[in-house]
Amino acid sequence: MATNHEPDVPANHNEDRRTFLKQSSLLTALALVPGPVVSAAEAKLDERVAEAIEQVPLSLKVNGKKLKLKVEPRTTLLDLLRENLHLTGTKKGCDYGQCGACTVHVDGQRVNSCLSFAVMHDGQEITTIEGLADGDKLHPMQEAFVKHDGFQCGYCTPGQIMSAVACVREGHAGSEEEIREYMSGNICRCGAYPNIVAAIQDVKQGGQKV
Amino acid sequence: MNQFQYVRATKPQAAIEAVAKDPNARFIAGGTNLVDLMKRGVMTPQKLVDINRLDLRKIERQNNALRIGALALNSTVADDRQVRERHPLLALALNAGASPQLRNMATVGGNMLQRTRCPYFYDTALPCNKRQPGSGCGALEGINRMHAIFGFSDKCIAVHPSDMSVALVALDATVQVSGPKGNRSIPFADFHRLPGDTPEKDTNLEPGELITAVDIPDGPFTKHVHYQKVRERASYAFALLSVAAALDIDNGTIKAARLAMGGVAHKPWRLTAAEQALIGKPATEAIFRQAATVAMQGAKAFKHNEYKLRLGPNIIVQALKTAAAA
Repeated sequence: MATNHEPDVPANHNEDRRTFLKQSSLLTALALVPGPVVSAAEAKLDERVAEAIEQVPLSLKVNGKKLKLKVEPRTTLLDLLRENLHLTGTKKGCDYGQCGACTVHVDGQRVNSCLSFAVMHDGQEITTIEGLADGDKLHPMQEAFVKHDGFQCGYCTPGQIMSAVACVREGHAGSEEEIREYMSGNICRCGAYPNIVAAIQDVKQGGQKV
Repeated sequence: MNQFQYVRATKPQAAIEAVAKDPNARFIAGGTNLVDLMKRGVMTPQKLVDINRLDLRKIERQNNALRIGALALNSTVADDRQVRERHPLLALALNAGASPQLRNMATVGGNMLQRTRCPYFYDTALPCNKRQPGSGCGALEGINRMHAIFGFSDKCIAVHPSDMSVALVALDATVQVSGPKGNRSIPFADFHRLPGDTPEKDTNLEPGELITAVDIPDGPFTKHVHYQKVRERASYAFALLSVAAALDIDNGTIKAARLAMGGVAHKPWRLTAAEQALIGKPATEAIFRQAATVAMQGAKAFKHNEYKLRLGPNIIVQALKTAAAA
């Protein structure tokens, strides 16, 4: 019995951590709303807090799934994906559009999800790193990153891969120089650039459908 | 980030009215600069009017000009066949700016309205007359290596960060604007302003005025063009200094010339006197060097940006040489 439960422990810890983070960020947001609402939050009356903040209806298609949501206008697309939809593959690096870790595809185009509000994407189709593989079969770019060791710590990798897929689709992977220029919006502090370039060239030359 | 009200506009007039009647309202399009500034508390609009649904994305020729809709994306414009054929300088400048992801978000109108990247403007703990009029200029006696060498005032020495705008001022573009009092056209060179005593105003737009398009007149600058940008890494960084150069050369003689600099002033800096120094002359390095000397007249450096006084003329010469050889 005990061994059956063990695998659940880390997952539960993660869930607790997320719940805590969500609650604490909600409390931070409360610094900006009127006093009575703050006391409501202190009494853990989260529903009343939610009502105090304007919610805007939003329809999105995320990784092929249609969603009807309500979001506070300040929520960035990145925070919606990570905090509301729990798609934590998309990473928050700088949160200011300088590192590319948050790169996702919106209607097929790569963008920095940290620099736009979720409400601006009503009716659009979002693809994240979670939506790239075909079931258990990795996307060719994911395969290539594994094969060429295109990462070290891995934090920038989801953004690198989303950007790399777009780079090939756009036709900007013609040479090493072109790849480096068109991947310049994705920073890798570990410096895995040579292997990232090799992975992209491999996919491009392999001629597989990306 | 402060709370704000969010509304989507489906008609330009509704968007204009919403912003004209509320001094704390702002248009939002790509959001790449505004969202950044809101996260940092530099800009705190109470209302955002989302204009992304307005029909302002077309790129089409009319009246001997190429009209580019204000909501056309930077990446779309840079890849557009008509832009590349008729105004390759604009495509070069656009591709020198930001990153592929940002160019997929940023619009033409928004690019023009970028705020300065002066670190004193960005840091709300420091004085900045542009962010908070009357608080002083931190850069004047501070770290001013990124700052202006032309057209500054004792209130502000910030520079305009756009690459696209440097090409547009060189190409004699016109900005089409729609506002509460109707439509008007603003020559690109008059769109941005110098800081003077009111550095909080970046442009000559009136409250509620919405950029609808940019017109670029047909011209002879389809071949000999170059955009030379100097920055601290190979890509994806703001310009320390940049030069847009366009030449019309016939049998080795310069028939027409356009020259503008970025990273040197509060607005994209057109170099008309240097252009005049090129016209009718042979396209040689000696002539380019003379024009560069003319271009730099009146430049003045601060403690940390003296390098721009030497970099400027060298980059002008390099840009003109590359343009001539293109």
